[in-house]
Amino acid sequence: MEQEVITAIRLVPLEHYVILSLLLFSIGIAGVVFRRNTIIILMCLELMFNSVNLLLTAFSAYHSDPRAQVFVFFIMLVAAAEVTVGLAILVMMKRNVDSVDVNQLNRLKW
Amino acid sequence: MLYLFYLIAAISVISALTVVSAKNPVNSVIALILCFLSIAGHYVLLNAQFLAMVHIIVYTGAIMVLFLFVIMLLNLNRAAEPMKTLGTRVAAVLSGGLFFLTLLAALRNGISVTAANAFDPGVGLVHSVGMSLFSEFLLPFEISSVLFLSAMVGVVMLAKKEKTWTPPVRNAFTEKPLTEHELDAEG
Repeated sequence: MEQEVITAIRLVPLEHYVILSLLLFSIGIAGVVFRRNTIIILMCLELMFNSVNLLLTAFSAYHSDPRAQVFVFFIMLVAAAEVTVGLAILVMMKRNVDSVDVNQLNRLKW
Repeated sequence: MLYLFYLIAAISVISALTVVSAKNPVNSVIALILCFLSIAGHYVLLNAQFLAMVHIIVYTGAIMVLFLFVIMLLNLNRAAEPMKTLGTRVAAVLSGGLFFLTLLAALRNGISVTAANAFDPGVGLVHSVGMSLFSEFLLPFEISSVLFLSAMVGVVMLAKKEKTWTPPVRNAFTEKPLTEHELDAEG
């Protein structure tokens, strides 16, 4: 049983996880620059958070160290708090300028 | 096993691309939910079962519902978004792609990682993560509750409708603001 778990985890090379999280992170960066809708920019931020989480978990599993997974847990907590504040700002922006387009908010004054 | 990894990785990359390219924000949210579910699948493959469950509960259960709720509330579920200029779009794809290439080039010799600890099949289960969380990381865990409290206060303050401030009615002679009783008397 134990040997099965070891072979199952270490069968996938660590490089594959690094490349996958790199891909997800780059897609997130491109999305932040690409889109004008604020809600999709927030979603791309979530995507970038998750790629980092995946990388931390992969290294944690390879090193058999649970502490990195605690870090991932904290990142999830902070992401949840961040997304609520971001969505509240979005609601306020929709109320004030009646748009969620970031180009409408290029001057930080009213 | 390796094929399972490739399958789940393909699902996550394709759904991530859909998030960026979908016209309708609701389709973006659905694609992001799919992406998060596939990332939870990666966690299961890595034997991080606690994280997989927390990920599904927190992200697909709470955060994405919040996103959908805001989209429905603000009536954004139509593809009415003007595109950015062509130059910005090319710059976006180039910046993402070049970032990927740069970090990929750092990997060209591969990663030589020797595992720091002997293999422990219990890592990633609720017991090991919980022991670490409540012994070594107890103080950050408690502080994160303060973070949530401040986020909650900030959200309520931001989302509350602002009242326009009107100066209080003052007595013409004493310059003191009128009490409610005097206001009633004035009609």
